[in-house]
Amino acid sequence: MNLSELYQEIILDHAKRPLNRGILENPTVTVPADNPTCGDEVTLQLRVAEDRIEDVRFTGQGCAICMASTSMMTRAIKGKPTAEAGALFRQVHDAIHGHGEMPKGEIAALAGVREFPQRVKCALLSWEALREALGLRKGDPPHVVTTEGE
Amino acid sequence: MHPLRPLGAEIRHEFPVLDQLVHGKPLVYLDNAATTQKPLRVIEALSHFYERDNSNVHRGLHELSNRATAQYEGARERAARYLGAESARTIVFTRGTTEAINLVANSWGARFIGPGDVILLTEMEHHSNIVPWQLLAERSGARIEWTPVLGDEGLLDMDALRQALARKPRLFSFVHISNSLGVINPAAELCALARAQGVTTLVDAAQSAGHLPVNVRELGCDFLAFSGHKLCGPTGIGVLYGRPGLLDTMPPWQGGGEMIARAGYDRTTFKEAPHRFEAGTPDIAGAIGLGVALDYVDELGRARIFDHDTALARAAYERLRAIPGIRLLGPREARAGLVSFALGAAHAHDVVTLANEEGVALRGGHHCTQPLMRKLGLTSSARASFYFYNTHAEVDRLVETVAQIEKFFSK
Repeated sequence: MNLSELYQEIILDHAKRPLNRGILENPTVTVPADNPTCGDEVTLQLRVAEDRIEDVRFTGQGCAICMASTSMMTRAIKGKPTAEAGALFRQVHDAIHGHGEMPKGEIAALAGVREFPQRVKCALLSWEALREALGLRKGDPPHVVTTEGE
Repeated sequence: MHPLRPLGAEIRHEFPVLDQLVHGKPLVYLDNAATTQKPLRVIEALSHFYERDNSNVHRGLHELSNRATAQYEGARERAARYLGAESARTIVFTRGTTEAINLVANSWGARFIGPGDVILLTEMEHHSNIVPWQLLAERSGARIEWTPVLGDEGLLDMDALRQALARKPRLFSFVHISNSLGVINPAAELCALARAQGVTTLVDAAQSAGHLPVNVRELGCDFLAFSGHKLCGPTGIGVLYGRPGLLDTMPPWQGGGEMIARAGYDRTTFKEAPHRFEAGTPDIAGAIGLGVALDYVDELGRARIFDHDTALARAAYERLRAIPGIRLLGPREARAGLVSFALGAAHAHDVVTLANEEGVALRGGHHCTQPLMRKLGLTSSARASFYFYNTHAEVDRLVETVAQIEKFFSK
């Protein structure tokens, strides 16, 4: 195993200076999420209008993996249609669980947690909050294991 | 009398698990507050039982059953001696501290706790000494009061405690040594204060029973609970001590074989304590292993173990203080053999993950003291906890590793 793969520069940068941290004015949805076994806490706020995520903020604290993942997630979904954000959730969720590829770009840096089973929850906490914020139920629609790129 | 045996490096060969590499580096096991390692003597006692004596206890008339019963009840005698208890009848075998506290909450609680009664706890309790009382409070209409802890040192607010005891709660249940702060509560003094108000006491000795001399008659407690696996014994076995006479006033909490005097279709009568509280086939091998572990710990000497562990913790505390941005929890003086800390630059999970890469086993999280962590304004901390097989060289490895981690995250 390789620590530098888990704690890549991009992860450390996001963890130290997370984007979109703070309180959102007029959110349409607020989802508190926590990981009681380890104490990571994230509250995710979205302002959704016409099926588009106009803005996003989060508050809370957690480990470097959790903070970096949250920061990168907020950047990726800001301004995106909710359907696109939902698809991104599913791709990241499945890829971190070992099914399919991570999305291209900085989020791919999260792939390192696959080697650290106890840290998967840290990486996915805010993504699970996003799932709930978008009103997606677990496994709805069924997880698709993509074979793209194989 | 056994000659005094050396602690630290020279006793490590009796613990096979310690002799291994983790990520290519010698294992530094500093998670002893979670569970301790087992000496060969305990491991061999378990296999010896299964190889030679395995049988059920109490009912059989054959040779193996007689042997198993004699050893099982012998372990109960051993546990009574270990605690300085009046007799083996005060000792109930449980799965551990958690089950012992649940037993009291369910059995004693059913008989003695009613609507409006107060159960007094402290803010530094482990979840195992919180949740059983919350469940009891919900069932019974009782209320929980919390004795505050003061600042980062986490010492009990004795004035608040005296006032709370003067309001005559039904029970005061408290931790002897805090698993997250390393505070050593003055258990004898606390029990005396409670007794003066007619308040029943329970001492959670999970972190103390294997680390310092614990004598129930000197403490003057009504109940005391500990786990075997935190003092070199197997997992799945522990002890509830109940002051003489007290256990006899309590109803059974689980029904089954082993605990009945006479069973009928309409009515069943129960054995006397402690057997009334041990329904079903118990963890026979576990109890026997526990007895061997107690002998082992006493052979080394609990006072010596305390000196050894606390010297390591003190050294770790003083040296960790030099690391920039570190916040050390618990008292500087008179701390138990553990050190909890939070780094400004790195979350406890990141600390523990990186330490693991160096072969150093730490604990990170809320240590099952979530309300306390919240009060301290932390979601988690990292913890190094020591036992008699740990060494000053391992303290060096700990301090170097934490210093490296701090640099890694603050660059």
